[in-house]
Amino acid sequence: MPIQVLMPALSPTMEKGNLAKWLKSEGDKVKAGDVIAEIETDKATMEVEAVDEGTLGKILVPEGTADVAVNTPIAVILGEGEDKSAIKQAGQPAAPPAAAAKQASAPAAPKSAVVEPPPAKAPEPDPDLPEGTEMVTMTMREALRDAMAEEMRRDEAVFVMGEEVAEYQGAYKVTQGLLQEFGPQRVVDTPITEHGFAGLGVGAALAGLKPIVEFMTFNFAMQAMDQLINSAAKTLYMSGGQMKSSIVFRGPNGAAARVAAQHSQDYSAWYSHIPGLKVIAPSNAADAKGLLKAAIRDPNPVIFLENEILYGQSGPVPKLDDFVLPIGKARIARSGGDVTLVSFSIGMTYALKAADELAKDGIAAEVIDLRTLRPMDSGTIIESVKKTGRIVTVEEGWPQSGIGAEIVARVIAAAFDYLDAPPTRVAGKDVPMPYAANLEKLALPSVAEVVEAAKAVCYR
Amino acid sequence: MAVAKDKAQPEAVRRPAAAKAGKSAEAPPELTKEQEIAAYREMLLIRRFEEKAGQMYGMGLIGGFCHLYIGQEAVVVGMQMALKHGDQIITGYRDHGHMLACGMDPKGVMAELTGRQHGYSKGKGGSMHMFSAEKGFFGGHGIVGAMVPLGTGLAFANKYRGNDHVALTYFGDGAANQGQVYESFNMAKLWKLPVIYIIENNQYAMGTSIQRASATVNLAKRGQSFDIDGEQVDGMDVRAVKDAGERAVKWCRGGNGPIILEMLTYRYRGHSMSDPAKYRTREEVEKVRTEHDPIEQVRQRLLERKRASEDELKKIDAGVRNAINEAAEFATNDPEPDPSELYTDVYTNAAR
Repeated sequence: MPIQVLMPALSPTMEKGNLAKWLKSEGDKVKAGDVIAEIETDKATMEVEAVDEGTLGKILVPEGTADVAVNTPIAVILGEGEDKSAIKQAGQPAAPPAAAAKQASAPAAPKSAVVEPPPAKAPEPDPDLPEGTEMVTMTMREALRDAMAEEMRRDEAVFVMGEEVAEYQGAYKVTQGLLQEFGPQRVVDTPITEHGFAGLGVGAALAGLKPIVEFMTFNFAMQAMDQLINSAAKTLYMSGGQMKSSIVFRGPNGAAARVAAQHSQDYSAWYSHIPGLKVIAPSNAADAKGLLKAAIRDPNPVIFLENEILYGQSGPVPKLDDFVLPIGKARIARSGGDVTLVSFSIGMTYALKAADELAKDGIAAEVIDLRTLRPMDSGTIIESVKKTGRIVTVEEGWPQSGIGAEIVARVIAAAFDYLDAPPTRVAGKDVPMPYAANLEKLALPSVAEVVEAAKAVCYR
Repeated sequence: MAVAKDKAQPEAVRRPAAAKAGKSAEAPPELTKEQEIAAYREMLLIRRFEEKAGQMYGMGLIGGFCHLYIGQEAVVVGMQMALKHGDQIITGYRDHGHMLACGMDPKGVMAELTGRQHGYSKGKGGSMHMFSAEKGFFGGHGIVGAMVPLGTGLAFANKYRGNDHVALTYFGDGAANQGQVYESFNMAKLWKLPVIYIIENNQYAMGTSIQRASATVNLAKRGQSFDIDGEQVDGMDVRAVKDAGERAVKWCRGGNGPIILEMLTYRYRGHSMSDPAKYRTREEVEKVRTEHDPIEQVRQRLLERKRASEDELKKIDAGVRNAINEAAEFATNDPEPDPSELYTDVYTNAAR
């Protein structure tokens, strides 16, 4: 039976990649472990090894092919005694073994729930943009990188530090190219010591520098929590306004895919609890760029919560020399009069998709993207609820003391008389994140849950 | 579980068994007359300030935690003599002495202790959290060990800017067991940061003697894994502190990276005002007071060498008492912060 070589996933969230190069030709003998090809994504390159001994019978995907889906057969290896007649059968995509593999593979199973493609409708342009601004399409990853690079060009005091930010070009390739442009003095690889380098960053900020501290993921920032809260957030107050720390802590937050409980936590509510911090959680490339630039300029400590699944998603970004968005201002991503959906970061993916579904049933949802969690733009939410009388909050974090709980409390306090239904929260389930694909899917919110909740508050 | 008993009652003040053989065993270089008199006055200012703070705490004028520096005065006064303007200082919560040594106004420090509006932090920080941007004093930090990465960050900023300033990072023998200290040592050495780690070993982490808390008690050697040199210094002798401080500062200014100074010192009072210090004997404390007191040593030398007369020293004493009384009076009468201050300084709009 010929052996299929499948397009591998380089990371739990990878969906597709490019076939950069074939290192073996058809007819070459291969041994297990031989490198036969190179594949790449926008953040990494990796070698594909032969898994068994034989002859490279056929190359199914030629080199230079872009966007090859994970688990697509890319070649066939013939075993001893097999000839090319066996290839045709083996080369069929979606042969039963491949399908089984697909179900078990990392990104495939939760994909429909977790890794929604970008919303069909591009986010509405920010109202503050000048008329006729040209838009360029880029990934959130690129937008974040450009924001940092622009601010580093603008201000010598800005520097980046974190694990793998320099020579490795970023664990998630967000800092790609920064070392080459700004050098090791301003793009600093740190040891794996979050507590230490977070505190060092705050010290540098107290001395007047403007550090951007990257956490490889915010899961690891728990090691640094004391420095974030006690040193970064409180020192201005404790010093009677003397000691400023202009510092950004940024990195991916929340669930990625199939990395289980310790690597899949949403810290939005944790940081939003803390006076002295500003907390930002963008959902698209344009907001990511404009808000990261604002965060770097802000004279206060800012927690900038990114999302690994959103890194690779593309969106239109205004082509302006200096595109800076205001911190603390929500965006009405979609207008509607029947129900208000409030979310942020990757939660917006569910909210917007749900709004599409609801529209089919004649329910016009107004979707608000919070963008900043602290200070929270209650005004935009309250105004919307006064119009719709109904609200559903959407987040991946846990429900107790969550962002949704905070929004609901504010809405009840400020717009009680306008409510036509109990405010409702859609949140991550109240459990540590499970590993199994089906359980992970269940633990996260879904578009269906948002639709159901929205219909319930509309009594439909 | 069997807890290892103190191998010996902590020697009142361990003589420095210098990490570098021979170095500290020699008598330290003498101070000039002016330096010695200045050191006497500075140490006395701290001593009298702390005594007054203790009294005011007892009167209910100072609240919360209040950690007195009595007994350790030679450390900050000696180190300060080695610095120049623009160098930075950061420490933990036993910080009154550091602030006075930096030249911060005793009135402002005392008013912060009483939680009044002209305190250094407008009454919002208290004993453990005070700062002076003007004097290069970066706090006053309440969490054991947290100032070590912060101080390392101050040094990072010096290196980043290419200036020759040095960050003095003070912490105690208790903090010396914190993980973040070693994370900082690693980065400081890796990046050759100009930081002096000053371990004020007063022998007790709250109520736990160093022998009961530390697997190795020579804290000057704690940098060995990172190839950071360290030295034990007689922290009760202001001359020895100044001498070691000057060598350390020179090392850092020369671009050689971090260095550790373990100051062997002793606090006479409890860990905080609420600590009756029952974990050590009265005799142990008395022995240090009579044999090693940092202020008395200087006083004796000044008199023996006829650098100052009893009368002259009395004048200094009176001047210090006067300054402290003024500070206490100021701190007692200064109004509490305006209620509107509750919501200020949470965020700043000020660009740098």
